[in-house]
Amino acid sequence: MTSVTETPSSEVEQLKLKERLAKLRDLPLLRGVGVSGEMSRLKRQLDRLASEPSEDEVWQAVELARHQDRPYTLDYVERICEDFVELHGDRALADDPAIVAGLARFDGRTVVLVGHQKGRDIRERTHRNFGMTYPEGYRKAMRAMELADRHRFPVVTLIDTPGAYPGVTAEQHGQGGWIARCQLAMARLGVASVTCVIGEGGSGGAVAIAVADRVLMQENAIYSVISPEGCAAILWRDAGEAKKAAAAFKPDARHCLELGVIDAIVPEPPGGAHKNHDEAAVLLADSLRASLAELDPLDPGKRRNLRRSKFRAMGIYLE
Amino acid sequence: MAAMDSRVDVTVENREAAPADDGKRHPNTCPRCHSHYRDDELELTLRVCPQCDHHFPVRARERVAQLADRGTFVEQDTALRSADPLSFFDLRAYTDRLAEAEVATALGDAIIAGAGAIERRPCELAVMDFAFMGGSMGSTVGEKFARACERAAARQVPLVCVTASGGARMQEGILSLMQLPKTVCAVDELRDARSAFISVMTHPTTAGVLASFASLGDVTISEPGALLAFTGPRVVQQTTRERLPDDFGLAESNARFGHVDAIVPRPELRPFVGRLLAMFVQAR
Repeated sequence: MTSVTETPSSEVEQLKLKERLAKLRDLPLLRGVGVSGEMSRLKRQLDRLASEPSEDEVWQAVELARHQDRPYTLDYVERICEDFVELHGDRALADDPAIVAGLARFDGRTVVLVGHQKGRDIRERTHRNFGMTYPEGYRKAMRAMELADRHRFPVVTLIDTPGAYPGVTAEQHGQGGWIARCQLAMARLGVASVTCVIGEGGSGGAVAIAVADRVLMQENAIYSVISPEGCAAILWRDAGEAKKAAAAFKPDARHCLELGVIDAIVPEPPGGAHKNHDEAAVLLADSLRASLAELDPLDPGKRRNLRRSKFRAMGIYLE
Repeated sequence: MAAMDSRVDVTVENREAAPADDGKRHPNTCPRCHSHYRDDELELTLRVCPQCDHHFPVRARERVAQLADRGTFVEQDTALRSADPLSFFDLRAYTDRLAEAEVATALGDAIIAGAGAIERRPCELAVMDFAFMGGSMGSTVGEKFARACERAAARQVPLVCVTASGGARMQEGILSLMQLPKTVCAVDELRDARSAFISVMTHPTTAGVLASFASLGDVTISEPGALLAFTGPRVVQQTTRERLPDDFGLAESNARFGHVDAIVPRPELRPFVGRLLAMFVQAR
């Protein structure tokens, strides 16, 4: 390490960046994002990608993902859709306000949009149950997706939930079973599907509507198997160790990309999506458009097979 | 301490007696009626308490012996082991926990799978083991289950899967969450191949495993008294402060709300699965 002929550190950095850039170029979607966005944005994103995030940086993502001013599903709908007709109810029992579904005009075509919805003030937060879905919510999502398949509308889902609701009625109504069936419904879709994690991607409640052809994640979003607090409570036996837990299980977008869990990172305005909802929406729309453009030419059977093999290949093990 | 643990409990008749401390209970002492058994006694009764019908947990290999026709089970993918993709370290290293679990259970991971026959009907059999890190599902469990689906599809035989799991394995982070869609996709392929999938949920089948393949059986059955819940009673109680029903999350409650096809006591499980397999053979 103390060699006299060592390369200047900036050069090493650049080399690393180039290497990373080459690696990322292989990812289908980032190319799409690059085409639609300017190079500087891509460069900024890659700059951040070049270094391993520290404990603090990971925790910053956790805090930004949960920021009270972060745009929610309906904030994006308002900005990126030319029209939106919300569909209510699961046709069996109830309408779950923690998930919104509807027909939307996006980029000159009709899509079915499904997303978790959190509330801005106390009243709406309670009404939306903090974005924690009941089985009824997943059934509503499934109904909307089935409608999309029937009419050949692409499906767009936005993920932002701390997790599925852990309550008595939710269990009695079959929380686990409906999360499983919702994933299966998405896996079977013939139409194109794109998912973006726009805030908290909390566990089963998130993955229930995230089995898509393309899975994107905003720069400061998190996607995890359990909340940092929950993980800390179980493994450290102290919920106060959440920061340590988050650093250990790495829920940030960079790690998710490296582990092959997501297809691309959607950039956010400087400082985070909450600083500028309009710009965040433009960036999200760009990425959704690019993803759909890639998926459009494929035929339904092919799309379904590719989607299945993508998820089938996930995981790292030794043999 | 050890002497206390193995002491034969004689309070069977006293139903008002304070419940034994779960953490200190000997594994062969019935938590419900406090009767105590030798290991060979329990093996003969398929680990069901002869006094009160409590179903003790069954280890994966013993389950295979209970279900499959003698000598028919051929285990596959025995070399598959969990990696440590996140270099996960909580109070101890994940690799240490894995090594310890392997030594303690003599299993490569929390599931074993392979070809077998039940009541002379050939099938693919996948059985989980709660003793290996709480039966948690990481990449290896997901992969072994998915391969079992593929073998069943290729051989055109039904898949019988016995689950016992606390959920996704936190130590593999997001990759363990991805085993949910992965196993769901594997079941989807199984469906396309028109192979039947019989899901047997045993105590406990919770969280990530309940929210993926375990719930997708063509026929879903459960053992009596099994906890089948996405979120366990302790967490529900802590987060919502709701008063929990006495049968919260149990197989009986799930049956009442329509989430399982049948609750089958362990001694009847093998003939029951055999009858189902016969149905699906005929349908072909």
